[in-house]
Amino acid sequence: MQPRTFFDKVWDAHVIADLGDGACLLQVDRLLLHDVTGSVVMRELQASGRAVACPPQVFSIIDHLLVTKPQAAPRDGWTPVAVEMIGEARRRARELGVTLVDVDDQRMGITHVIAPELGIALPGLTVVCGDSHTCTLGGIGAVGWGIGTSEGTHVLATQALVESKPKRMRVTFDGQLGPCVSAKDMILKLIGTIGAGGGAGYAIEFAGEAVRALSVEARLTLCNMAVECSAKYGFVAPDERVFEYLKGRSYAPKGEAWDAAVTHWRSLATDEGAIFDAEMRIDVGQLAPQVTWGTSPQHVASVRDRVPAPAGEPQAQALAERALAYQQLQAGLPLADVKIDVAYIGTCTNARLSDLRLAADWLRGKTVAPHVTAICIPGSAEVKRAAEAEGLDAVFRAAGFEWHEPGCGMCGSGRGRLENVRVISTSNRNFENRQGKRTRTHLASPLTVAASAVAGHIADAREEGVR
Amino acid sequence: MEALRQVTGIAAPLLRANVDTDQIIPTRFLTRTSEEGLHEGLFAEWATRADGTPDPGFVLNQPAFKEARILLGGPNFGCGSSREGAPRALRQRGFRSVIAPSFGDIFYNNCFRSGIVPVRLPQETVEALARQGGELTVSVDHCAVRVEATGEMHAFLLPKLLRRMLQEGLDEVALTLTQQAAMDAFRVRDRALRPWAYL
Repeated sequence: MQPRTFFDKVWDAHVIADLGDGACLLQVDRLLLHDVTGSVVMRELQASGRAVACPPQVFSIIDHLLVTKPQAAPRDGWTPVAVEMIGEARRRARELGVTLVDVDDQRMGITHVIAPELGIALPGLTVVCGDSHTCTLGGIGAVGWGIGTSEGTHVLATQALVESKPKRMRVTFDGQLGPCVSAKDMILKLIGTIGAGGGAGYAIEFAGEAVRALSVEARLTLCNMAVECSAKYGFVAPDERVFEYLKGRSYAPKGEAWDAAVTHWRSLATDEGAIFDAEMRIDVGQLAPQVTWGTSPQHVASVRDRVPAPAGEPQAQALAERALAYQQLQAGLPLADVKIDVAYIGTCTNARLSDLRLAADWLRGKTVAPHVTAICIPGSAEVKRAAEAEGLDAVFRAAGFEWHEPGCGMCGSGRGRLENVRVISTSNRNFENRQGKRTRTHLASPLTVAASAVAGHIADAREEGVR
Repeated sequence: MEALRQVTGIAAPLLRANVDTDQIIPTRFLTRTSEEGLHEGLFAEWATRADGTPDPGFVLNQPAFKEARILLGGPNFGCGSSREGAPRALRQRGFRSVIAPSFGDIFYNNCFRSGIVPVRLPQETVEALARQGGELTVSVDHCAVRVEATGEMHAFLLPKLLRRMLQEGLDEVALTLTQQAAMDAFRVRDRALRPWAYL
C-alpha cells in the first residue's frame, strides 16, 4: 500500500460515499454546538421538522455569552440577548436530547478547552463545530474543523457532512525552543511567514522535533491558530504523550476498549515516505517571542523588533498601512515602546492550566504596572479548580490581575467592556474591533502578556531571566 | 433553497486583502434569536462613522453601488470566524455573488449554502473588473463571468456538487438522506472497527 499521511488515513476511514469530483459524504464522529452558532443550528433543524440522527454524539456547550466577572454566579449579569440565546441553547438541547454542558455544570468551559479535557475529542475522530477554532482539537490528533450553520444542521440531521478533500501541507518545526518561547510563538511565526491566506485549501500537519517536544496542551495552542492562516484543519499526529493525556478522561474509552483504541491510534501516524502537496520548514532554535503589531495575524514581529514599514505587493502594503492607522502606530517604532492598557490571559488559545502556570510563575513576587488592567480568565471550570488548588489564583491576584470565572471572555460575545484601548492578549485574532470597539490588539504568548503587564509596555519575558 | 443559475448586476469593489467575517458582520449582530435583519450589520464598522451616521466614503454607501448584486473582493476574502451570518448578511443586502482571488475555506463553503456564488478569478482580473465598472453577469451554468459592456468572458471553476446545489436549489439534507442505507451500512462496519467513536 502507498505510504499515507495521517490526514489521508483519517479521511479515508470516514468516507461513507464518494460523491464525485473530490466531494465525499463523511462520517462525523462528534458535533459540538455552542450558544451563538449552535443555537441557530438547533433552531433551523427544528424548523425543518427533521430529527437528530445520533443524539449521543452531539454536545451543546455554553461558553460564548457568559459573563466572566470575578465571583459572578453563573447567571449574573447576562444581557437580555444572552438570557434569550443561552436559554434557547439549553431548551433546544433538552428538546433534541443531546448532551448539554450547562453553565453551572462542573464540566463547563470553552468548547475547545473542554472537548479534550473530557475526552469528547479523541485521536482519529472527525469533530465539527460552528466555530473556526475547532482546528484546536488537532492538538490531540483529532481532525476538527469549523463549519457554517447550514452544515451544522446537516450534521445534526445526518451525523455526516459533504466535504471536499483539501490538499495536504506539512509544516516541520526543527530545533529546540529557547526559554520563554512557546507554541504560540511558533504558530505566530508560521503565520507571519506564509501569510493570513497561506494555508487556504490545505490541511496542515505540524511535525518535527519541536512539535514532538510540545506538551499536549501546547499542541492545542499550536493547532488553534491554523485557521489564522486560513487552513480549516491543523493537527499533530497522536503519540504516547496524547494517549497518556487522555487516559481516564470522562468520554475516553475504558478497559479493553481503551487498549483497542490505542492500538488503532498508533497506526494513524504519517507513514515514512508519504507525499504532501506542500512542505514547509521552520527552525525554531533561535526563535524569539513573537507579537503582532497590526490587524491581521500575519502582521507579526519579534518582541524586540521595530514596527515594520509597509512593504511587499500593493495589496499587502495597503493592508499594512491601514493596519498601522487603525493601531495608531508608526513604522520604525520599537515594539518595546508600545504602551499597553490591558493585559489579557484567556481564550481557547491559551487558557489551559499549563498556560496559567507559566504566567503565574513569572508573575510571582511582581506587580502589574499601575496603568494596566490585567485579566486572567481560565478556560474551564476544571482549569480554574486546578489552578486554585495550586494557588495560582493567589499569585495572579497578588500581582494585580483580576481572576475571572471561566468562559470565552473577551473573545466571545459576552465581552464589550473594552473600548478604545490597547490590549496585549493571548487570544487568536487581532482583527479590527475584535475585543471591543476601536480596541487595538497585540497577540502574544501568556509569558509575553505577563511580562508586558508588569512592564506596562510590550516586553520580552526573557529579559527577566525566568525559566 | 431557490435555484440560482445566473446573477446580473453592478459589481461593487472592496478590494482589501484579508477581509474577515468579523468585518462582514460584527459579532454583536449575531447574538439574536432571529436570522432576519442581518443585513443591518453588514460591514457595520466600516459603513458607519463614530457618531452612528452612514460614512459616505464607504463603497456600499455610494449611490452607484446601492443596487449592487456582485461584490469584488481582495485575496483571502472571508477569512476568520466560521459564522454563516456573513454570507447570509450579504445575501439579505441583495448580493448573490462575490468575486475574489481567494477565499477563506469556511466562508467559501458557507456561500453555496447561503445562495451566493463565490467566484475565484486571478487578482489582476478582479482589479481590472473593478476599474472597468458596469454590469457583470455571473453564470453558474457556464462557469463564466461576462462583462456586459464588452462581452469579455472570464471562466472560473466551481466544485461540481456545490454548483448543482445552486443550479437546482437542492436541499442538501434531503439529498444526503437518500444515502441512508449507505450511512447505516458504514456505521455497522465502522462501529465494529472503532467502537469508541460511538457514544
